[in-house]
Amino acid sequence: MGKRTVVPIGPFHPLQEEPEFFTLTVEGERVVDIDVRIGYNHRGIEKLSERKNFDQSTFVIERICGICSTSHPFAYTRAVEDVFPMEVPERAKYIRTIIAEGERIHSHLLWAGLAGHFLGYNTVFMWVWKLREEILDVMEILSGNRNNYAMFKPGGVRRDIQEEDIGPALAKIESILPTMDMLIAAIKDDPVIHARTKGVGVLSEEAAINFSALGPTSRASGVSRDVRVDSPYGVYDRVDWDMIVTENGDVYDKVVVRMLETIESARIMVQCLSNLPPGEIDANIESVPPGDGIGHIEAPRGETFHFVRSDGTNRPVRHKVRAPTFMNLPTFKSTVVGETVSDATIILAAIDPCYCCTERVAVRDDKGKKIYSGTDLVELSRKKTERIMSRMGIR
Amino acid sequence: MSIKLKALLKSPWVFHFSTGSCNNCDIEILDCLTPRFDIERFGMLLAGSIKHADVLLVTGSCNRMSADRLRKLYDQVPKPCLVVAIGECSMSRGMFIHSYNCPVPLDHIVPVDVYIPGCPPKPEAIIAGVVKLIEKVRSS
Amino acid sequence: MNREEILQDLRSRFAGDILDFQDKSPKRVFVEIRPEALKQVARHVFFDLKARFNIASGIDTRRAIEILYHFTIEDINLMINLRVKLDRDHPVIESLAPWIEATNWIEREISELLGVEFKGHPDMRRLLLADNWPEGVYPLRQDYEEWDETAIRDRGV
Repeated sequence: MGKRTVVPIGPFHPLQEEPEFFTLTVEGERVVDIDVRIGYNHRGIEKLSERKNFDQSTFVIERICGICSTSHPFAYTRAVEDVFPMEVPERAKYIRTIIAEGERIHSHLLWAGLAGHFLGYNTVFMWVWKLREEILDVMEILSGNRNNYAMFKPGGVRRDIQEEDIGPALAKIESILPTMDMLIAAIKDDPVIHARTKGVGVLSEEAAINFSALGPTSRASGVSRDVRVDSPYGVYDRVDWDMIVTENGDVYDKVVVRMLETIESARIMVQCLSNLPPGEIDANIESVPPGDGIGHIEAPRGETFHFVRSDGTNRPVRHKVRAPTFMNLPTFKSTVVGETVSDATIILAAIDPCYCCTERVAVRDDKGKKIYSGTDLVELSRKKTERIMSRMGIR
Repeated sequence: MSIKLKALLKSPWVFHFSTGSCNNCDIEILDCLTPRFDIERFGMLLAGSIKHADVLLVTGSCNRMSADRLRKLYDQVPKPCLVVAIGECSMSRGMFIHSYNCPVPLDHIVPVDVYIPGCPPKPEAIIAGVVKLIEKVRSS
Repeated sequence: MNREEILQDLRSRFAGDILDFQDKSPKRVFVEIRPEALKQVARHVFFDLKARFNIASGIDTRRAIEILYHFTIEDINLMINLRVKLDRDHPVIESLAPWIEATNWIEREISELLGVEFKGHPDMRRLLLADNWPEGVYPLRQDYEEWDETAIRDRGV
């Protein structure tokens, strides 16, 4: 047994969003244990939501996550609508589906870009994020803002999609599809990405089930689990799309699942926009009777789960929020252990947590002599890519 | 204007710090770096370490755990360092003012030079804010 | 097994443990059980019925601390919610984490925010709150009050 070294990762990284603090225990190059401390982002939203009324809560919920700023209100409104039997107008269901899928595209693209950056592929990063801007433009046409759309309210949607906006939005989606296809083909065929991601960080099917992993993380491990199929909401049971499931559970499969899902989401958006039915957009809920309501939907990262208890007043008594990363994050224990340090970054990235924090890494041995600076871990990952490239004769 | 500040303004390197934000502001900061906005053409670069940075971009509502880290981090910055508060949360904590985990606003923890409002501010607004910061320092 | 068979089986198998059975809608069933029986029922639902563990929600109802364990059986689109009510002054329940990995984190969270003790939890450390958060103050309790005197709440109600 070699000397054990503790590598703290985080909690703050210059590039990424949420701070989390990982502790890797390594022996030489192998990771033997991993631990995580979250809480750098805890804002007590569940408690805040109890102070607001049912309509105001939607806005608080939207600020849980900037990337999934639709999936939380979506799950929340469905939870409120689950307290008592009610039906959402048809047009509102279509609009909700459109917004949710647009968000899925931009979230998956965002992830793909950052994953590329961590592999040392800044070309992928720049290309994908350039493409993502186009999707944000579509969302701006449809909802009026690049993110934080504020489209949802219990009982329907807050704002309608104007007829004259549908044409430009559709044209924009159609115009980026060829670029998306090209990009996906390029990522799938790239020998260096194969070498870096195939067989790395495998999450087995049993582990995925026992950890209750969700979304693309579980679907890449062969667990066909998707709330859109299992418990259809919106109009997912009426449009034509496929659930993407792959078998291997490694990082590569997680990339493939996400990239193919963007195409499916674009298909759903196009179908919904072309068949948008006329009619009301809001059921105008007058009051919420006492009771428990549960809403769960498929966010880009997996199932988002909201539980609302009403006591008949205009505020929720209890509002429980469970984001998908909460279930996916502990799978690190199964995927990172046994891999090398240089692969840890991309494995941590692969479940698409708000994955942050490879910065401020100080690697030190037990006596505290050897200290690498923060960017060195990313640098290690990049150097490995370069080594593979030169071995393949690419560079 | 001191010579140190003058040297800093030519090509300010920024460090980005999230104190418990919803990621939206952070992503809009990143968006500034990508091809459509591309602030690197103005000499602004995202630095990997606070010790290389001239400007500290802070987002989020300063929760208990990250407020501690922010204080420590600010102590490590080579001065002079300019601080930019991005988004509603870091200005006034916005709707999180009554949260049990967000006790004090950002400007009670570190001195702030420029506030950029918005939830989230658009990349254009962030660029405009940084330009205002440069103008402010230049005229001082 | 279809929906009716599963519910029938659940009722007969744990007849002595089920306190209340609420068949709310085709997709949702709320089952109140005795806290001592949670381990058997939850393991039956998770391992034998192949349900997915969604999450647990802890609620302070002022009379009791209530925990809802949400399980989904995806093939038949049914969510089974196991409800346990614990004594509010000394909420104690057996941990599920040694058997079901997925419950590990949420039990840490509930113990931290609501003050429930999970007996037999393998790794009960702080998850969300800061290290200097005082012991015995649980923010999601209904009677939570501001304890930090340095906090600034200078606007709003």
